[in-house]
Amino acid sequence: MPSYVILEKCDGCKGQDKTACMYICPQDLMVLDKDKMKAYNQDPSLCWECYNCVKICPQQAIDVRGYADFMPMGASVVPLRGSDSIMWTVKFRNGTVKRFKFPIRTTAEGTAEPLGGFGDGAGALGDELLMTEPASLKLDKLPAL
Amino acid sequence: MANWETIEVTTDILICGGGMAAAGAAVEAAYWAKKEGLKVTLVDKAAFDRSGAVAMGLSAINQYVGINEGANTVEDYVHYVRQDLMGVSREDLVYNIARHVDGTVHLFEKWGLPIWKDENGKYVHEGRWQIMINGESYKVIVAEAAKNALGTDNIYERVFIVEPLMDGDRIAGAVGFSTRENKFYVFKAKVVLASMGGAVHVFRPRSVGEGLGRSWYPPFNTGSSAYFTIRAGAEMTCQEVRFIPVRFKDAYGPVGAWFLLFKSRATSASGGEYMAVRKDELQNWAPYGLAKPIPANLRNYLGMLDVDAGLGPLYMETAEAIKKIADNEPDEKAFKKKMKHLESEAWEDFLDMTISQALLWASQNIAPEESRSEIAACEPYFIGSHSGASGAWVSGPEDIAPAEYKWGYPNMTTVKGLFAAGDASGASSHKFSSGSHAEGRIAGKAMVKFAKDNADMPKVDAATIDALKAKILNPLDLFEKHQAMSSDPNINPNFGKPMQFMYRLQKIMDEYAGGVTSQFKTSAKLCERGLELLAFLKEDAEKLGASSRYELERCWENIHRMWQAEAHVRTILFREETRWPGYYFRADCPKMDETNWKCFANIKYDPKSAEWSTMKKDIIPLID
Repeated sequence: MPSYVILEKCDGCKGQDKTACMYICPQDLMVLDKDKMKAYNQDPSLCWECYNCVKICPQQAIDVRGYADFMPMGASVVPLRGSDSIMWTVKFRNGTVKRFKFPIRTTAEGTAEPLGGFGDGAGALGDELLMTEPASLKLDKLPAL
Repeated sequence: MANWETIEVTTDILICGGGMAAAGAAVEAAYWAKKEGLKVTLVDKAAFDRSGAVAMGLSAINQYVGINEGANTVEDYVHYVRQDLMGVSREDLVYNIARHVDGTVHLFEKWGLPIWKDENGKYVHEGRWQIMINGESYKVIVAEAAKNALGTDNIYERVFIVEPLMDGDRIAGAVGFSTRENKFYVFKAKVVLASMGGAVHVFRPRSVGEGLGRSWYPPFNTGSSAYFTIRAGAEMTCQEVRFIPVRFKDAYGPVGAWFLLFKSRATSASGGEYMAVRKDELQNWAPYGLAKPIPANLRNYLGMLDVDAGLGPLYMETAEAIKKIADNEPDEKAFKKKMKHLESEAWEDFLDMTISQALLWASQNIAPEESRSEIAACEPYFIGSHSGASGAWVSGPEDIAPAEYKWGYPNMTTVKGLFAAGDASGASSHKFSSGSHAEGRIAGKAMVKFAKDNADMPKVDAATIDALKAKILNPLDLFEKHQAMSSDPNINPNFGKPMQFMYRLQKIMDEYAGGVTSQFKTSAKLCERGLELLAFLKEDAEKLGASSRYELERCWENIHRMWQAEAHVRTILFREETRWPGYYFRADCPKMDETNWKCFANIKYDPKSAEWSTMKKDIIPLID
């Protein structure tokens, strides 16, 4: 299901410092047409449908249409990603609609502290202990033979 | 030559890639480097938040040993991996990752990853080693900790690393180009980590129309790790041990939760359960076929035998499995509640990591609690972190590795200063996302030690860099020079375009190296013919043309794939037996040969002579 841009909704991220979909696509597929100020997927057959462009778009201007070479038409899956959870609306070909909500993180965005509160750990550069160990292992010492 | 600015970046420790292994290396290296006053730089072709195989998210962490829960030991994990890979694993590496991985998972939880807990506050296990997560933002969270450790000034996004930079036999850095601006990048470093993932689209996928991109592993994992390490002259291992997952057909949704959490059966269309019906076949693959759990490739193989016999399609019996669990509830009300809960879990499994499978179910009106769903063997993948094993041959941990497996720092390849982790390092299967991160951490710390011990900066002359720049930008020049003579920018006798080049590679691999349409069967004769065709392809790689930066990126990704392909075919040819029949079948050597081939098959490319050499390496068990 390659992603496509809903032209009516896309504003080319003109109010942002960068085009969100173009920034995030792991496959480098999203491009901004600067004349039209509309983004587009430049190579749909290489799209993994990871939905990262859909999730990040501030205008909700990106959707996906199921891969035409194996998916029957008429279904849709639409995410709405917030700061701590994601809502999904799944619409079946036969009209059935299902909604799901799942948590996505337990901490505030940007706050992941590298040591995770475990402290530096007991290791030195020449030994086998990684940072925070053995506390982060929740063991007294690193297992060895 | 295309007039691109050259940007030079000098650092101590260079991390190439942005997936789980790279994120682990970054967070760990930053910690130790700070103490030593060393600089760490990460360069990635995508955006760190959503780079690598976990870009979409995951619904489970597949490696959690749970040592502090008292359920398993590190030794148990070593046994598990040995068994699944038919006896072929570097047990020192597996042990090392397994003893560190729980700490990595505990860090993930502190960073903000929601891990399912039961009523007693314990992790919910999907299987013995697998724990369930709400993993939509798994990679975002893991990258965030790495970014906070490294500082955004030390991260280069959208720079595609193409070639290693060498100072004689020592790594000296890496070169590549920006996919956003006309800039050629030269990174000079004392020590370099290859962690640019595995390889996808080396083989022709099942879907070749619009669904080409719906590979199981992501299409942006293009063999860059393999190319980088091979071209640097590193010895490679298990290049024949590709992985073929059995997944929900076409959209490739995960089956782990169905098999392990929901205890679902897999059946053929006639209703027979191939794991039961074809049990006797496992005798042929003793001792591995007779021990539990049955290796992934043998489970594949029994299903493939059903398909060969015309008994397909194969199905996952989802409705039966869900009902069986809900039937344990005491009354109708509790049953309905449980069914609703299980339904939600089933959908989350897809929505967290393979969204298109949810769309495929919706498009075919499939409700898992009402009807079963088709499964099939995918095309082959190169993924040393999963049930495949391909990657670089790396040095083992100081305190436990036997002398034969130790020539330097942990996770250093046979090239001085070049390290590998995640899909880039071989023979240490079943590390998955968490173990790749743990392995990245192991490598990250070792790299700081290496940079401290080898404080001199490797030397690279300007002519070498100029030559690399000319070579890397050549597809742009070739297109520019010849494009005006033809009516079609894609059809020109002077250059080839990257997509058709990829299709040509995939056709060779599919038809000669045992892809989907060859029903995963090959032979020495087929491999030899495949190598002849790959030789033409390799010559034509120098005639790739690119009309844009985007196409230049695709050109080099496909050259990377081609080198992974060649190493693969050469190693299949070298190993004269069939050891992993559900991954590939050497039809001319159809049996496993424990006497002659219970060993590693390693391969090495010599950059000076441009010759390949293959060699056997002993398997040294770490424990009984």
